[in-house]
Amino acid sequence: MEKQDIALAVDHVGMKFNLSKEKVDNLKEYFIKFIKKELTYQEFWALKDVTFDVKRGEHLGIVGLNGAGKSTLLKVIAGVLKPTEGSVKTKGKIVPLLELGAGFDKQYTGAENIYLYGSLLGYSKEFITSKFDEIVEFSELGEFIEVPVKNYSSGMRARLGFSIATLVKPDILILDEVLSVGDAQFRKKSEAKIQSMFDQGVTVLFVSHSLEQVKRICDKAIMLEHGTVIAHGDVMDVANIYNEKLQQKKQKKKRMRRKLNQELNEQAKRSREKQKNN
Amino acid sequence: MKTYIQNFKKYRFLLTELVKKDVKLKYRRSKLGIFWTLLEPILTTIVLTIVFGGFRGKSDPTFPVYILSGRLLFSFFSGGTKAAARSIRTNSSMMRKVYVPKYMYPLATILSNFVIFLISLIVLVGASIIMPININWHVFLAVVPLTVMFFITLGTGMILATAEVFFRDLEYLWGVITTLIMYCSGIFYKIEDMGQAKRTTSMLQTIMDWNPVYAVIKNFRCCVYLGVAMDYRALFYSCIVAVVLTVIGIYVFFKKQDEFILNL
Repeated sequence: MEKQDIALAVDHVGMKFNLSKEKVDNLKEYFIKFIKKELTYQEFWALKDVTFDVKRGEHLGIVGLNGAGKSTLLKVIAGVLKPTEGSVKTKGKIVPLLELGAGFDKQYTGAENIYLYGSLLGYSKEFITSKFDEIVEFSELGEFIEVPVKNYSSGMRARLGFSIATLVKPDILILDEVLSVGDAQFRKKSEAKIQSMFDQGVTVLFVSHSLEQVKRICDKAIMLEHGTVIAHGDVMDVANIYNEKLQQKKQKKKRMRRKLNQELNEQAKRSREKQKNN
Repeated sequence: MKTYIQNFKKYRFLLTELVKKDVKLKYRRSKLGIFWTLLEPILTTIVLTIVFGGFRGKSDPTFPVYILSGRLLFSFFSGGTKAAARSIRTNSSMMRKVYVPKYMYPLATILSNFVIFLISLIVLVGASIIMPININWHVFLAVVPLTVMFFITLGTGMILATAEVFFRDLEYLWGVITTLIMYCSGIFYKIEDMGQAKRTTSMLQTIMDWNPVYAVIKNFRCCVYLGVAMDYRALFYSCIVAVVLTVIGIYVFFKKQDEFILNL
């Protein structure tokens, strides 16, 4: 019974990157470095031993400082990156609402892009055809749908991307920050659409720097630091820990600054004394 | 294996969309549209006929068809492999955001090149009608060398697509290699014309015998130009090369595909 309710299981996931000091991406350099024996890589674990479950209908917030591995984790869950270790099991359709319209072709018209982007997301032709009018209507593009996307404003592009991506009710929705699509009116509309998905009991993964948003949307949260989960549980508890971390970081900075100031002062004093002695 | 087939079925529509996009966009911006596909080989064939027909010294009214049949097939090979080599990088922005089986990109690129190539065969049909060519039922066997060429291009393209993620300058190297292959593929000369006794001729003959692209072109010409049965040794050899290249291509590609994103 318990197991059936799990929509997403992340099991001991680790993601390793090879960081070379200089990126070698051509044969010429590779040979030169190979002969000189300069081909050294530095290993870097962006994620290490990350394990958590998300139950169906749960809203999970992912918080962490810059470089904690949040985006990498989302990419692993979305299937874009394959983890070096461990596995991710998902149930149902994942829709990542990240960087809308990234799959558009600029030369193509909006109408053609609906089919292209839809097919990228794995929809069938019949399905897209049946939903075509709905997409055009929701995106409010009107006649512009026959214009190549390169002539669109960024707002228009995002509107079209949003309309296609939210075509089906996903089982798992991935949100990166809160969407700010188009003008105020469209933003309201898109928020309403996302809200309606929430009401239908979709599982949500939400990444944000803003604690307020996370508290508002999520009920559970995890916190990442240097690629590992350091807190997992109720959103309020995690938020408190995150706040503490932020405070600590601030204090650390303050302390560093104070220390630096002190040293500078002392140096100044010493040089003044020297001048006096002279 | 079963999941692969299911996955392919799910993304079949994507494949047709990608192919359609390539073909549509290639000619959308030019006024002459798809006619470029036809005009371009006509013009180059005229040039090659004038230059190399003059070298040969013999007057042969069917020589343009000889050139055309080789050139069209070769330009599919070189264009297809070059485009496939670039396919992972040109689609990198998509790849980083949405999960799609990655082989879709080189496969779609080669398929769209193949479609454009098939359209350009209209020129060959036209030329064969105008010029005194012996056309008989062997024409229908042309499907065989075309299929073999498709798989040679696919295998080579997959290998190159994988390698180019890691070594970007491979593109230029491959450009040089294709030129070399072109000169060894008997596109605008007949090896029989070259004076049997010379040492260079016998050397070229050996190279051409081992050149799978020439083997395919030779058989294609048997079907559409000479109207005789195919050379079975060449057929056998080119089939083996096609299978080996495709298997290596798929193996290398699948083995390395998870590292693509880390290197783009």
